[in-house]
Amino acid sequence: MTLTRWQKPNLSSVAPVRRIATLRDEVDNLFNLTLGRFLGSPQDSEQSTQLLEGWFPAVDLYEDKDSLVVRAEVPGMKKEDIEISLHDGYLTLSGERKQEEKYETAETYRSERWLGRFHRTISLPCRVDAEKIKATYTDGVLTVTLPKAEEAKPKQIPITVK
Amino acid sequence: MNAVAQQQEKPVCPQPADTEREFLTPKVNIVENQDGYVLEAELPGVNKEGLDISLDNNELTIVGRRQAEFGASLLYRESENADYRRVFELDPTIDTAKIAAKIEQGILTLTLPKTEQVKPRRIKVS
Repeated sequence: MTLTRWQKPNLSSVAPVRRIATLRDEVDNLFNLTLGRFLGSPQDSEQSTQLLEGWFPAVDLYEDKDSLVVRAEVPGMKKEDIEISLHDGYLTLSGERKQEEKYETAETYRSERWLGRFHRTISLPCRVDAEKIKATYTDGVLTVTLPKAEEAKPKQIPITVK
Repeated sequence: MNAVAQQQEKPVCPQPADTEREFLTPKVNIVENQDGYVLEAELPGVNKEGLDISLDNNELTIVGRRQAEFGASLLYRESENADYRRVFELDPTIDTAKIAAKIEQGILTLTLPKTEQVKPRRIKVS
């Protein structure tokens, strides 16, 4: 057994202040991710948190030459219970899924499905023609097709060589 | 804090480990009432043609296959491009001959009735 002289720990090396800042950053990050989802920023998609929001249906965004397509996985709903609205370049999908009455008296073994309200807002990368938006609900997937506004479509610009 | 934020959505289920990577585990709700069990599974994008339910001894396997993605180019994806699969071990009191399945808007509802003998019933006194 060796004896080493006890040394008073050097407080500056522990850097507790830095550690607390990191913790605070993490909490901020958590809240930012939560709010970031509401504003539809794609960068936050990797770290999803469901701590504060409840049901968070997955949403995909596709683009082709003439339109944007938004696809949301919301099985088990009635089309009356889904609302779609467009405002200022943001598409909002919301709705409510209710528990069926016949199951209320039964004993639950496993309950993994979310019920209740959902609310997703997606920021659209280009202008769309609001009059021509179509939405379909098949097999539990809501597909919203948003035709691009004329000025947002890609145009070929001819080159003149002099 | 990070561990909590990154918690997987997929639930832990009491069944043999699935070594195939291309399947997703669908969420289910299971309730029991007097006549039997009702199982609801979420399979968005799956219709009757893509659904495959099989029973082997007491093991019930649900496989839901989805259509391939359409041609438009992807900007942002949250869903997973995989099929669904889940295996359940059934209680021996279930009458396997009377299992009924129905799929509507991506929700599969399986009704698994119990055999007659195990249902609660009154016994007449002679």
